[in-house]
Amino acid sequence: MSCLQTIGDYGLRAIGFGERLLPRTDFTLCQQFTLIGSGMIWNIYFGVLALAGGFFLATAVALGKSSRHWIVRKPSEWFIFVFRGSPLFIQFFFAYFAFLSLKSVSPLFDPLSAAWLGALIVLFLNTSAYTGEIFFGALRSIPKGDLEAADAYGFSGWARFRRIIWPTMLRLAWPAYTNEAIFLFHATTLVFFSGFPAWQQRGDALYYAKYFADKTFNPFIPYPILAMYFILLTLSVIATYGLINRYLNRHLPKEVRPRMRLRLNLIR
Amino acid sequence: MFEYCADPSQLSGLTWASCYLTTGKHLAFYASFGTVLVLLAIIVPVALLFGFAGAAAARSHFAPLALLGKGYSAIVRGVPDIAFFLFFVIALDQIFEYIRHRIYCPDWTEPVRQGNDFVVCAAAKLPLSTSPQWVHEVYGFFLAVLTFAIVYGAFAAQVLYGAMRAVPRAQMETAEAYGMTRRQAFWRILVPQMWVYALPGLGNLWMILIKATPLLFLLGIEDIVYWARELGGTKQAKFTDYPHGDWRMLYFGALLIFYLMLTWVSEKVLNRLMRRLSHGQATAAGEAMRKAGA
Repeated sequence: MSCLQTIGDYGLRAIGFGERLLPRTDFTLCQQFTLIGSGMIWNIYFGVLALAGGFFLATAVALGKSSRHWIVRKPSEWFIFVFRGSPLFIQFFFAYFAFLSLKSVSPLFDPLSAAWLGALIVLFLNTSAYTGEIFFGALRSIPKGDLEAADAYGFSGWARFRRIIWPTMLRLAWPAYTNEAIFLFHATTLVFFSGFPAWQQRGDALYYAKYFADKTFNPFIPYPILAMYFILLTLSVIATYGLINRYLNRHLPKEVRPRMRLRLNLIR
Repeated sequence: MFEYCADPSQLSGLTWASCYLTTGKHLAFYASFGTVLVLLAIIVPVALLFGFAGAAAARSHFAPLALLGKGYSAIVRGVPDIAFFLFFVIALDQIFEYIRHRIYCPDWTEPVRQGNDFVVCAAAKLPLSTSPQWVHEVYGFFLAVLTFAIVYGAFAAQVLYGAMRAVPRAQMETAEAYGMTRRQAFWRILVPQMWVYALPGLGNLWMILIKATPLLFLLGIEDIVYWARELGGTKQAKFTDYPHGDWRMLYFGALLIFYLMLTWVSEKVLNRLMRRLSHGQATAAGEAMRKAGA
Protein backbone atom coordinates (compact mmCIF):
# COMPACT_ATOMS: atom_id res chain seq x y z
CA MET A 1 0.00 0.00 0.00
CA SER A 2 1.45 3.29 -1.06
CA CYS A 3 1.81 6.17 1.30
CA LEU A 4 -0.57 8.39 -0.67
CA GLN A 5 -3.26 5.80 -0.27
CA THR A 6 -2.62 5.66 3.47
CA ILE A 7 -2.98 9.40 3.68
CA GLY A 8 -6.25 9.15 1.78
CA ASP A 9 -7.51 6.46 4.14
CA TYR A 10 -6.40 7.90 7.45
CA GLY A 11 -5.78 11.61 6.85
CA LEU A 12 -9.16 12.59 8.25
CA ARG A 13 -9.66 9.51 10.42
CA ALA A 14 -9.76 11.58 13.60
CA ILE A 15 -12.98 13.28 12.52
CA GLY A 16 -14.56 10.15 11.16
CA PHE A 17 -13.80 10.12 7.43
CA GLY A 18 -11.95 7.38 5.59
CA GLU A 19 -11.04 3.91 6.75
CA ARG A 20 -12.99 2.79 9.82
CA LEU A 21 -10.52 0.25 11.22
CA LEU A 22 -7.21 1.42 12.59
CA PRO A 23 -4.15 -0.51 11.37
CA ARG A 24 -3.54 -3.52 13.58
CA THR A 25 -0.35 -5.14 12.37
CA ASP A 26 2.67 -4.22 10.25
CA PHE A 27 2.62 -0.58 11.18
CA THR A 28 4.42 1.58 8.67
CA LEU A 29 6.05 4.91 9.39
CA CYS A 30 3.63 6.48 6.96
CA GLN A 31 0.64 5.22 8.91
CA GLN A 32 2.04 6.62 12.13
CA PHE A 33 2.75 10.02 10.58
CA THR A 34 -0.69 10.18 8.98
CA LEU A 35 -2.78 9.09 11.95
CA ILE A 36 -0.94 11.19 14.52
CA GLY A 37 -1.16 14.14 12.15
CA SER A 38 -4.86 13.51 11.71
CA GLY A 39 -5.23 13.56 15.50
CA MET A 40 -3.71 17.05 15.52
CA ILE A 41 -7.03 18.24 14.04
CA TRP A 42 -8.58 17.81 17.48
CA ASN A 43 -5.72 19.56 19.28
CA ILE A 44 -6.05 22.52 16.95
CA TYR A 45 -9.84 22.50 17.21
CA PHE A 46 -9.80 22.57 21.01
CA GLY A 47 -6.98 25.08 21.23
CA VAL A 48 -8.29 27.58 18.68
CA LEU A 49 -11.89 27.61 19.87
CA ALA A 50 -10.98 27.74 23.58
CA LEU A 51 -8.55 30.59 22.96
CA ALA A 52 -10.99 32.52 20.80
CA GLY A 53 -13.80 32.28 23.35
CA GLY A 54 -11.52 32.55 26.35
CA PHE A 55 -10.16 35.88 25.16
CA PHE A 56 -13.47 37.64 25.71
CA LEU A 57 -14.36 35.96 29.00
CA ALA A 58 -10.83 36.69 30.22
CA THR A 59 -11.25 40.39 29.47
CA ALA A 60 -14.50 40.37 31.41
CA VAL A 61 -12.97 38.47 34.32
CA ALA A 62 -9.95 40.78 34.46
CA LEU A 63 -12.20 43.83 34.51
CA GLY A 64 -14.32 42.12 37.16
CA LYS A 65 -11.33 41.40 39.35
CA SER A 66 -10.20 45.01 39.19
CA SER A 67 -13.70 46.29 39.89
CA ARG A 68 -14.37 48.41 42.96
CA HIS A 69 -17.60 46.62 43.79
CA TRP A 70 -17.08 43.47 45.76
CA ILE A 71 -20.17 41.85 44.27
CA VAL A 72 -18.38 41.81 40.90
CA ARG A 73 -14.87 41.37 42.27
CA LYS A 74 -15.41 38.38 44.52
CA PRO A 75 -16.92 36.05 41.88
CA SER A 76 -14.11 36.93 39.46
CA GLU A 77 -11.48 36.28 42.11
CA TRP A 78 -13.04 32.94 42.98
CA PHE A 79 -13.37 31.94 39.35
CA ILE A 80 -9.66 32.59 38.80
CA PHE A 81 -8.67 30.90 42.05
CA VAL A 82 -10.66 27.72 41.39
CA PHE A 83 -9.40 27.23 37.86
CA ARG A 84 -5.80 28.25 38.50
CA GLY A 85 -5.53 26.54 41.85
CA SER A 86 -6.50 23.03 40.78
CA PRO A 87 -5.01 20.70 38.19
CA LEU A 88 -6.65 20.71 34.77
CA PHE A 89 -6.62 16.92 34.87
CA ILE A 90 -8.91 16.89 37.93
CA GLN A 91 -11.09 19.60 36.39
CA PHE A 92 -11.62 17.40 33.36
CA PHE A 93 -12.57 14.40 35.47
CA PHE A 94 -14.89 16.42 37.68
CA ALA A 95 -16.59 18.10 34.73
CA TYR A 96 -17.00 14.83 32.87
CA PHE A 97 -18.72 13.10 35.77
CA ALA A 98 -20.80 16.21 36.45
CA PHE A 99 -21.93 16.21 32.82
CA LEU A 100 -22.68 12.50 33.04
CA SER A 101 -25.04 13.08 35.94
CA LEU A 102 -26.66 15.98 34.09
CA LYS A 103 -27.36 13.54 31.29
CA SER A 104 -29.99 11.77 33.37
CA VAL A 105 -31.79 15.08 33.96
CA SER A 106 -32.55 15.83 30.34
CA PRO A 107 -31.37 14.54 26.94
CA LEU A 108 -30.64 18.18 26.20
CA PHE A 109 -27.35 17.74 28.06
CA ASP A 110 -26.23 14.71 26.04
CA PRO A 111 -23.58 16.47 23.94
CA LEU A 112 -21.91 17.79 27.11
CA SER A 113 -20.49 14.38 27.95
CA ALA A 114 -18.87 14.14 24.51
CA ALA A 115 -15.37 15.49 24.20
CA TRP A 116 -16.07 17.95 21.38
CA LEU A 117 -18.31 20.06 23.62
CA GLY A 118 -17.64 19.04 27.23
CA ALA A 119 -13.87 19.21 27.09
CA LEU A 120 -14.08 22.39 25.04
CA ILE A 121 -16.10 24.05 27.81
CA VAL A 122 -13.57 23.03 30.46
CA LEU A 123 -10.65 24.28 28.36
CA PHE A 124 -12.51 27.49 27.61
CA LEU A 125 -13.15 28.21 31.31
CA ASN A 126 -9.62 27.17 32.24
CA THR A 127 -7.89 29.41 29.73
CA SER A 128 -10.26 32.25 30.63
CA ALA A 129 -9.06 32.03 34.23
CA TYR A 130 -5.35 31.91 33.34
CA THR A 131 -5.67 34.66 30.73
CA GLY A 132 -7.88 36.67 33.07
CA GLU A 133 -5.09 36.70 35.63
CA ILE A 134 -2.59 37.81 32.97
CA PHE A 135 -4.93 40.58 31.79
CA PHE A 136 -5.58 41.62 35.38
CA GLY A 137 -1.85 41.99 35.97
CA ALA A 138 -1.59 44.03 32.76
CA LEU A 139 -4.52 46.25 33.79
CA ARG A 140 -2.76 47.03 37.05
CA SER A 141 0.46 47.98 35.30
CA ILE A 142 -1.04 50.41 32.79
CA PRO A 143 1.07 53.55 33.22
CA LYS A 144 -0.70 56.18 35.32
CA GLY A 145 0.24 58.80 32.73
CA ASP A 146 -1.83 57.08 30.03
CA LEU A 147 -4.95 57.23 32.17
CA GLU A 148 -4.33 60.85 33.14
CA ALA A 149 -3.83 61.74 29.50
CA ALA A 150 -7.12 60.01 28.65
CA ASP A 151 -8.85 62.05 31.35
CA ALA A 152 -7.25 65.23 30.10
CA TYR A 153 -8.57 64.56 26.60
CA GLY A 154 -12.05 64.09 27.98
CA PHE A 155 -12.29 60.34 27.40
CA SER A 156 -14.70 58.55 29.66
CA GLY A 157 -16.68 55.35 29.97
CA TRP A 158 -16.68 53.04 26.98
CA ALA A 159 -14.51 55.24 24.77
CA ARG A 160 -11.85 55.43 27.51
CA PHE A 161 -11.85 51.64 27.79
CA ARG A 162 -11.96 50.90 24.08
CA ARG A 163 -9.37 53.47 22.95
CA ILE A 164 -6.96 53.64 25.88
CA ILE A 165 -7.23 50.92 28.52
CA TRP A 166 -7.91 47.87 26.38
CA PRO A 167 -5.15 48.35 23.77
CA THR A 168 -2.59 49.14 26.44
CA MET A 169 -3.65 46.11 28.45
CA LEU A 170 -3.27 43.87 25.40
CA ARG A 171 0.16 45.30 24.59
CA LEU A 172 1.40 44.67 28.10
CA ALA A 173 -0.16 41.23 28.38
CA TRP A 174 0.77 39.91 24.96
CA PRO A 175 4.08 38.10 25.71
CA ALA A 176 2.57 36.28 28.67
CA TYR A 177 -0.57 35.57 26.70
CA THR A 178 1.52 33.95 23.96
CA ASN A 179 2.92 31.63 26.58
CA GLU A 180 -0.55 30.80 27.81
CA ALA A 181 -1.64 29.97 24.26
CA ILE A 182 1.28 27.57 23.83
CA PHE A 183 0.48 25.77 27.04
CA LEU A 184 -3.20 25.65 26.23
CA PHE A 185 -2.37 23.73 23.06
CA HIS A 186 -0.25 21.38 25.15
CA ALA A 187 -3.10 20.96 27.59
CA THR A 188 -5.42 19.79 24.84
CA THR A 189 -3.56 16.46 24.86
CA LEU A 190 -5.08 15.69 28.27
CA VAL A 191 -8.64 15.53 26.97
CA PHE A 192 -8.79 11.88 25.97
CA PHE A 193 -6.92 10.70 29.06
CA SER A 194 -9.35 12.18 31.52
CA GLY A 195 -12.66 10.43 31.21
CA PHE A 196 -13.90 11.87 27.96
CA PRO A 197 -14.23 8.88 25.63
CA ALA A 198 -12.73 8.86 22.16
CA TRP A 199 -15.87 7.86 20.27
CA GLN A 200 -15.13 5.33 17.50
CA GLN A 201 -11.43 5.80 18.22
CA ARG A 202 -11.56 9.37 17.00
CA GLY A 203 -8.89 10.80 19.25
CA ASP A 204 -6.28 13.48 19.33
CA ALA A 205 -2.63 13.20 18.39
CA LEU A 206 -1.49 11.81 21.74
CA TYR A 207 -4.30 9.26 21.68
CA TYR A 208 -3.00 7.83 18.42
CA ALA A 209 0.63 8.08 19.52
CA LYS A 210 -0.24 6.04 22.60
CA TYR A 211 -2.18 3.61 20.43
CA PHE A 212 0.93 2.93 18.35
CA ALA A 213 3.22 2.82 21.38
CA ASP A 214 0.95 0.28 23.06
CA LYS A 215 0.62 -1.88 19.96
CA THR A 216 4.26 -1.91 18.91
CA PHE A 217 5.67 -1.61 22.43
CA ASN A 218 8.13 0.81 20.89
CA PRO A 219 7.84 4.37 22.22
CA PHE A 220 10.79 5.61 20.20
CA ILE A 221 8.85 6.17 16.97
CA PRO A 222 5.34 7.53 17.70
CA TYR A 223 6.31 9.98 20.46
CA PRO A 224 9.06 11.72 18.49
CA ILE A 225 6.59 12.06 15.61
CA LEU A 226 4.13 13.65 18.03
CA ALA A 227 6.89 15.89 19.36
CA MET A 228 7.68 17.04 15.83
CA TYR A 229 4.06 17.96 15.16
CA PHE A 230 3.83 19.85 18.43
CA ILE A 231 7.03 21.77 17.86
CA LEU A 232 5.63 22.83 14.48
CA LEU A 233 2.38 23.85 16.18
CA THR A 234 4.24 25.78 18.87
CA LEU A 235 6.33 27.58 16.26
CA SER A 236 3.23 28.59 14.31
CA VAL A 237 1.55 29.82 17.50
CA ILE A 238 4.62 31.93 18.24
CA ALA A 239 4.64 33.25 14.66
CA THR A 240 0.93 34.15 14.73
CA TYR A 241 1.13 35.84 18.10
CA GLY A 242 4.29 37.60 17.00
CA LEU A 243 2.41 39.09 14.03
CA ILE A 244 -0.37 40.30 16.32
CA ASN A 245 2.22 41.69 18.70
CA ARG A 246 3.72 43.65 15.83
CA TYR A 247 0.29 44.98 14.93
CA LEU A 248 -0.40 46.02 18.53
CA ASN A 249 2.87 47.92 18.71
CA ARG A 250 2.72 49.34 15.18
CA HIS A 251 2.82 52.93 16.49
CA LEU A 252 6.27 52.42 17.97
CA PRO A 253 9.52 52.73 16.04
CA LYS A 254 11.05 49.35 15.36
CA GLU A 255 13.90 49.63 17.86
CA VAL A 256 11.75 50.23 20.94
CA ARG A 257 9.13 47.58 20.23
CA PRO A 258 9.07 45.12 23.08
CA ARG A 259 10.69 41.89 22.04
CA MET A 260 8.69 38.76 22.62
CA ARG A 261 10.30 36.93 25.48
CA LEU A 262 8.97 33.52 26.18
CA ARG A 263 9.07 32.32 29.71
CA LEU A 264 7.69 29.24 31.31
CA ASN A 265 5.82 30.87 34.11
CA LEU A 266 2.43 29.48 33.37
CA ILE A 267 1.29 25.95 33.09
CA ARG A 268 -1.56 23.93 34.36
CA MET B 1 -13.76 -0.62 61.42
CA PHE B 2 -16.31 0.06 64.15
CA GLU B 3 -18.18 -2.63 66.08
CA TYR B 4 -21.57 -1.65 64.71
CA CYS B 5 -20.42 -1.97 61.11
CA ALA B 6 -20.89 -5.73 61.04
CA ASP B 7 -24.09 -5.54 58.99
CA PRO B 8 -24.10 -2.34 56.93
CA SER B 9 -27.44 -3.06 55.27
CA GLN B 10 -29.17 -2.32 58.59
CA LEU B 11 -27.50 1.04 58.99
CA SER B 12 -28.59 4.42 57.73
CA GLY B 13 -27.62 8.07 57.87
CA LEU B 14 -24.50 9.09 59.72
CA THR B 15 -23.68 5.66 61.11
CA TRP B 16 -23.77 4.26 57.57
CA ALA B 17 -21.51 7.07 56.38
CA SER B 18 -19.08 6.52 59.26
CA CYS B 19 -18.83 2.83 58.35
CA TYR B 20 -18.68 3.51 54.61
CA LEU B 21 -15.91 6.06 54.95
CA THR B 22 -13.74 3.75 57.05
CA THR B 23 -13.72 0.64 54.88
CA GLY B 24 -10.33 -0.80 54.01
CA LYS B 25 -10.46 0.66 50.53
CA HIS B 26 -11.22 4.10 51.88
CA LEU B 27 -8.28 3.86 54.25
CA ALA B 28 -6.14 3.01 51.22
CA PHE B 29 -7.63 6.06 49.50
CA TYR B 30 -6.62 8.28 52.41
CA ALA B 31 -3.16 6.72 52.47
CA SER B 32 -2.76 7.57 48.78
CA PHE B 33 -2.92 11.28 49.68
CA GLY B 34 0.17 10.55 51.74
CA THR B 35 1.73 8.72 48.79
CA VAL B 36 1.25 11.78 46.61
CA LEU B 37 2.82 14.07 49.22
CA VAL B 38 5.75 11.67 49.76
CA LEU B 39 6.37 11.41 46.02
CA LEU B 40 6.23 15.19 45.80
CA ALA B 41 8.81 15.43 48.57
CA ILE B 42 11.10 12.98 46.74
CA ILE B 43 10.59 14.52 43.30
CA VAL B 44 11.43 18.09 44.32
CA PRO B 45 15.10 17.54 45.28
CA VAL B 46 15.71 15.14 42.38
CA ALA B 47 14.15 17.56 39.89
CA LEU B 48 16.24 20.38 41.37
CA LEU B 49 19.34 18.27 40.91
CA PHE B 50 18.46 17.61 37.26
CA GLY B 51 17.70 21.28 36.81
CA PHE B 52 20.96 22.31 38.39
CA ALA B 53 22.91 19.95 36.16
CA GLY B 54 21.02 21.23 33.10
CA ALA B 55 21.64 24.87 33.97
CA ALA B 56 25.31 24.26 34.72
CA ALA B 57 25.66 22.40 31.40
CA ALA B 58 23.97 25.25 29.52
CA ARG B 59 26.60 27.65 30.93
CA SER B 60 29.47 25.41 29.94
CA HIS B 61 32.13 26.62 27.51
CA PHE B 62 32.28 23.19 25.90
CA ALA B 63 29.87 23.64 22.98
CA PRO B 64 28.23 20.19 22.82
CA LEU B 65 27.57 20.23 26.56
CA ALA B 66 26.09 23.74 26.38
CA LEU B 67 23.90 22.66 23.48
CA LEU B 68 22.74 19.65 25.43
CA GLY B 69 21.84 21.79 28.45
CA LYS B 70 19.99 24.37 26.37
CA GLY B 71 18.22 21.76 24.29
CA TYR B 72 17.11 19.94 27.42
CA SER B 73 15.36 22.98 28.83
CA ALA B 74 14.04 24.15 25.47
CA ILE B 75 12.34 20.95 24.43
CA VAL B 76 9.67 21.00 27.15
CA ARG B 77 8.58 24.35 25.76
CA GLY B 78 7.57 22.81 22.47
CA VAL B 79 6.19 19.44 23.47
CA PRO B 80 3.37 18.66 25.94
CA ASP B 81 4.66 17.31 29.26
CA ILE B 82 2.14 14.47 29.27
CA ALA B 83 3.68 13.15 26.05
CA PHE B 84 7.00 12.97 27.90
CA PHE B 85 5.39 11.05 30.73
CA LEU B 86 3.95 8.42 28.46
CA PHE B 87 7.22 8.24 26.56
CA PHE B 88 9.73 8.09 29.40
CA VAL B 89 7.94 5.55 31.50
CA ILE B 90 8.27 2.92 28.75
CA ALA B 91 11.48 4.23 27.24
CA LEU B 92 13.40 4.29 30.52
CA ASP B 93 12.27 0.77 31.34
CA GLN B 94 13.39 -0.50 27.94
CA ILE B 95 16.70 1.35 28.12
CA PHE B 96 17.49 -0.13 31.53
CA GLU B 97 16.54 -3.62 30.40
CA TYR B 98 18.54 -3.27 27.22
CA ILE B 99 21.68 -2.22 29.10
CA ARG B 100 21.32 -5.10 31.52
CA HIS B 101 20.65 -7.40 28.60
CA ARG B 102 23.95 -6.44 26.99
CA ILE B 103 25.80 -6.97 30.27
CA TYR B 104 24.22 -10.20 31.52
CA CYS B 105 23.56 -12.02 28.27
CA PRO B 106 26.43 -11.18 25.89
CA ASP B 107 26.00 -14.37 23.84
CA TRP B 108 22.35 -13.72 23.00
CA THR B 109 22.09 -13.54 19.22
CA GLU B 110 18.45 -12.77 18.50
CA PRO B 111 17.42 -9.13 18.07
CA VAL B 112 15.81 -7.40 21.03
CA ARG B 113 12.90 -6.10 19.00
CA GLN B 114 11.01 -8.94 17.39
CA GLY B 115 8.00 -7.57 15.55
CA ASN B 116 5.86 -5.94 18.20
CA ASP B 117 7.72 -7.44 21.14
CA PHE B 118 10.59 -6.28 23.21
CA VAL B 119 12.49 -9.40 24.26
CA VAL B 120 15.40 -9.50 26.67
CA CYS B 121 16.82 -12.53 28.42
CA ALA B 122 15.31 -13.53 31.77
CA ALA B 123 18.32 -12.35 33.75
CA ALA B 124 17.95 -8.84 32.35
CA LYS B 125 14.30 -8.41 33.28
CA LEU B 126 13.60 -5.49 35.57
CA PRO B 127 12.49 -6.28 38.16
CA LEU B 128 13.29 -9.99 38.00
CA SER B 129 10.18 -12.10 37.62
CA THR B 130 11.14 -13.95 40.79
CA SER B 131 11.32 -10.84 42.96
CA PRO B 132 8.55 -10.14 45.47
CA GLN B 133 5.64 -7.78 44.88
CA TRP B 134 7.12 -4.85 46.78
CA VAL B 135 10.12 -4.75 44.46
CA HIS B 136 7.77 -4.31 41.51
CA GLU B 137 5.99 -1.48 43.29
CA VAL B 138 9.21 0.26 44.30
CA TYR B 139 10.48 -0.03 40.73
CA GLY B 140 7.23 1.53 39.48
CA PHE B 141 7.67 4.41 41.93
CA PHE B 142 11.29 4.78 40.91
CA LEU B 143 10.38 5.08 37.23
CA ALA B 144 7.63 7.59 38.03
CA VAL B 145 9.95 9.74 40.14
CA LEU B 146 12.67 9.63 37.50
CA THR B 147 10.20 10.59 34.76
CA PHE B 148 8.87 13.49 36.81
CA ALA B 149 12.37 14.61 37.68
CA ILE B 150 13.49 14.58 34.04
CA VAL B 151 10.48 16.54 32.80
CA TYR B 152 10.27 19.08 35.63
CA GLY B 153 14.04 19.23 35.91
CA ALA B 154 13.90 20.91 32.52
CA PHE B 155 11.65 23.60 33.99
CA ALA B 156 13.99 23.95 36.95
CA ALA B 157 16.95 24.20 34.57
CA GLN B 158 15.33 27.16 32.91
CA VAL B 159 14.63 28.88 36.23
CA LEU B 160 18.15 28.26 37.55
CA TYR B 161 19.79 29.28 34.28
CA GLY B 162 17.92 32.58 34.44
CA ALA B 163 18.92 33.01 38.08
CA MET B 164 22.58 32.37 37.30
CA ARG B 165 22.44 35.06 34.63
CA ALA B 166 20.76 37.46 37.05
CA VAL B 167 23.70 37.42 39.45
CA PRO B 168 25.48 40.76 38.79
CA ARG B 169 28.33 40.36 36.34
CA ALA B 170 30.58 42.42 38.60
CA GLN B 171 30.52 39.68 41.19
CA MET B 172 32.04 37.21 38.74
CA GLU B 173 34.54 39.76 37.51
CA THR B 174 35.65 40.38 41.07
CA ALA B 175 36.09 36.65 41.53
CA GLU B 176 38.28 36.53 38.42
CA ALA B 177 40.24 39.52 39.68
CA TYR B 178 40.98 37.60 42.85
CA GLY B 179 42.41 34.84 40.71
CA MET B 180 39.68 32.28 41.21
CA THR B 181 39.33 29.59 38.57
CA ARG B 182 36.02 29.23 36.73
CA ARG B 183 35.11 26.30 38.91
CA GLN B 184 35.89 28.16 42.13
CA ALA B 185 33.98 31.23 41.02
CA PHE B 186 31.01 29.07 40.09
CA TRP B 187 30.80 27.25 43.40
CA ARG B 188 31.86 30.04 45.75
CA ILE B 189 30.33 33.14 44.13
CA LEU B 190 27.60 32.23 41.69
CA VAL B 191 25.83 29.36 43.41
CA PRO B 192 25.41 30.97 46.84
CA GLN B 193 24.05 34.17 45.32
CA MET B 194 21.69 32.81 42.71
CA TRP B 195 19.01 31.46 45.04
CA VAL B 196 17.47 34.84 45.79
CA TYR B 197 16.88 35.33 42.10
CA ALA B 198 15.68 31.78 41.61
CA LEU B 199 13.09 31.80 44.37
CA PRO B 200 10.10 33.29 42.53
CA GLY B 201 10.66 30.86 39.68
CA LEU B 202 11.10 27.92 42.01
CA GLY B 203 7.92 28.89 43.81
CA ASN B 204 6.16 28.75 40.47
CA LEU B 205 7.74 25.39 39.80
CA TRP B 206 6.41 24.07 43.10
CA MET B 207 2.89 25.11 42.07
CA ILE B 208 3.40 23.45 38.69
CA LEU B 209 4.54 20.27 40.39
CA ILE B 210 1.55 20.20 42.73
CA LYS B 211 -0.75 20.50 39.76
CA ALA B 212 1.15 17.80 37.89
CA THR B 213 0.79 15.15 40.62
CA PRO B 214 -2.51 13.75 39.30
CA LEU B 215 -0.55 12.73 36.20
CA LEU B 216 1.04 10.02 38.35
CA PHE B 217 -2.15 8.15 37.57
CA LEU B 218 -1.06 7.92 33.94
CA LEU B 219 2.20 6.29 35.05
CA GLY B 220 0.29 3.46 36.68
CA ILE B 221 0.65 4.56 40.30
CA GLU B 222 -2.33 3.81 42.53
CA ASP B 223 -2.74 7.45 43.48
CA ILE B 224 -5.73 9.53 44.52
CA VAL B 225 -7.13 9.69 40.99
CA TYR B 226 -7.04 5.90 40.74
CA TRP B 227 -8.87 5.47 44.05
CA ALA B 228 -11.40 8.21 43.32
CA ARG B 229 -12.37 6.43 40.10
CA GLU B 230 -12.35 3.08 41.82
CA LEU B 231 -14.42 4.06 44.86
CA GLY B 232 -16.78 6.48 43.15
CA GLY B 233 -18.02 4.10 40.46
CA THR B 234 -21.45 2.52 40.79
CA LYS B 235 -21.45 -0.36 43.27
CA GLN B 236 -24.01 -3.17 43.04
CA ALA B 237 -25.32 -4.84 46.18
CA LYS B 238 -24.01 -8.15 44.83
CA PHE B 239 -20.35 -7.13 45.08
CA THR B 240 -20.21 -4.87 48.10
CA ASP B 241 -21.82 -4.24 51.46
CA TYR B 242 -22.16 -0.58 50.62
CA PRO B 243 -24.08 -0.28 47.34
CA HIS B 244 -24.36 3.23 45.88
CA GLY B 245 -24.83 5.03 42.59
CA ASP B 246 -22.24 6.84 40.51
CA TRP B 247 -20.48 9.04 43.04
CA ARG B 248 -17.38 9.81 41.02
CA MET B 249 -18.37 13.46 40.73
CA LEU B 250 -18.35 13.76 44.51
CA TYR B 251 -14.98 12.05 44.81
CA PHE B 252 -13.42 14.27 42.18
CA GLY B 253 -15.05 17.26 43.83
CA ALA B 254 -13.22 16.26 47.02
CA LEU B 255 -9.93 16.00 45.08
CA LEU B 256 -10.56 19.43 43.60
CA ILE B 257 -10.97 20.88 47.09
CA PHE B 258 -7.85 19.04 48.30
CA TYR B 259 -5.77 20.60 45.51
CA LEU B 260 -7.29 24.04 46.03
CA MET B 261 -6.32 23.88 49.69
CA LEU B 262 -2.83 22.67 48.86
CA THR B 263 -2.18 25.49 46.39
CA TRP B 264 -3.78 28.04 48.73
CA VAL B 265 -1.52 27.05 51.62
CA SER B 266 1.53 26.96 49.32
CA GLU B 267 0.74 30.40 48.03
CA LYS B 268 0.53 31.80 51.57
CA VAL B 269 3.81 30.15 52.60
CA LEU B 270 5.61 31.27 49.45
CA ASN B 271 4.38 34.84 49.88
CA ARG B 272 5.63 34.89 53.43
CA LEU B 273 8.98 33.41 52.37
CA MET B 274 9.31 36.01 49.62
CA ARG B 275 8.59 38.80 52.12
CA ARG B 276 11.18 37.41 54.47
CA LEU B 277 13.79 37.23 51.71
CA SER B 278 12.95 40.61 50.19
CA HIS B 279 13.31 42.30 53.56
CA GLY B 280 16.21 44.71 53.33
CA GLN B 281 17.12 43.68 49.77
CA ALA B 282 17.92 46.29 47.18
CA THR B 283 15.05 45.17 44.97
CA ALA B 284 11.70 46.74 44.08
CA ALA B 285 9.90 44.53 46.58
CA GLY B 286 12.37 45.34 49.33
CA GLU B 287 12.09 49.05 48.58
CA ALA B 288 8.28 48.88 48.73
CA MET B 289 8.49 47.18 52.14
CA ARG B 290 10.87 49.82 53.42
CA LYS B 291 8.51 52.59 52.31
CA ALA B 292 5.49 50.87 53.82
CA GLY B 293 7.30 50.48 57.11
CA ALA B 294 8.55 54.04 57.29
